[in-house]
Amino acid sequence: MADIAFLALAVITIGSAIAALEMRSLIYGSIALMGSLGGIAGFFLLLDAPFVALFQLAVYVGSIAVLILFTVMLVKRELIFKKIEDKRRKFAGIGLMLILMASLGAIFIDSGIKTITTDEPPVDFRDIGIDFVTYYWPALILMGLILAGTVTGALVLARRVDEEDEQRTN
Amino acid sequence: MSNELIDFTLVSVALLGIGIYGLAVKRNFIRMLFAIEIIINAANLNLVAFGRFLPHSGGQTLALFSIAIAAAEVAIGLSLIIVAYRMYQNIDIEDFRSLKG
Repeated sequence: MADIAFLALAVITIGSAIAALEMRSLIYGSIALMGSLGGIAGFFLLLDAPFVALFQLAVYVGSIAVLILFTVMLVKRELIFKKIEDKRRKFAGIGLMLILMASLGAIFIDSGIKTITTDEPPVDFRDIGIDFVTYYWPALILMGLILAGTVTGALVLARRVDEEDEQRTN
Repeated sequence: MSNELIDFTLVSVALLGIGIYGLAVKRNFIRMLFAIEIIINAANLNLVAFGRFLPHSGGQTLALFSIAIAAAEVAIGLSLIIVAYRMYQNIDIEDFRSLKG
């Protein structure tokens, strides 16, 4: 059975995920998203993965949520509070969500997952470090290149091209 | 350990459902990005949970890769939002129709 910490984390994570999508203001929505991502970090702690939990806190709660907040601030004030959706599509979406949850949940409960338990000690995070520099080193280098490329691409995309500057250089 | 694998999996299924709902219903570009983030986090939770119960270090390693790739994806997505906002003065995706044939 699940313990109290698990139940509290589940309520926080799922509740703030719903709030992030349904809150009227995008700013409060992004703060709720931060809560949901923090709840996932709590789950990682419960799963004896403190390294991944700290990574999640640093990358998601620390940087991505702040990046989203700044983007929201760049958008016009009316657009932040405007909610555009039609009723029929909303009901269809809720129906899709419930069908998906019920069918996937039934499949998981019916499968043999319930019988899987473990008494073994958790994976040491030294093993993760060793994995990174031995078996996964090409993937690690590739990931660094992809990160550098995407950040440069994002900078190039978001750069404002000033026509006056171009005329001056011409 | 009192928590079982099925509990984590069910939380992950719930988050996946919420994310799919957000992608299907919302027309706001930024909210769709929120929904994508929620789906990616559901996947990461599954990876770490299965890695704990097998037990194998591959789950946590893949989760770390996935977090890094998701960070790159968010950077590109937000810059696309800024470019689209500058072009259309709006973040409603139904207004972005210049590629529509």
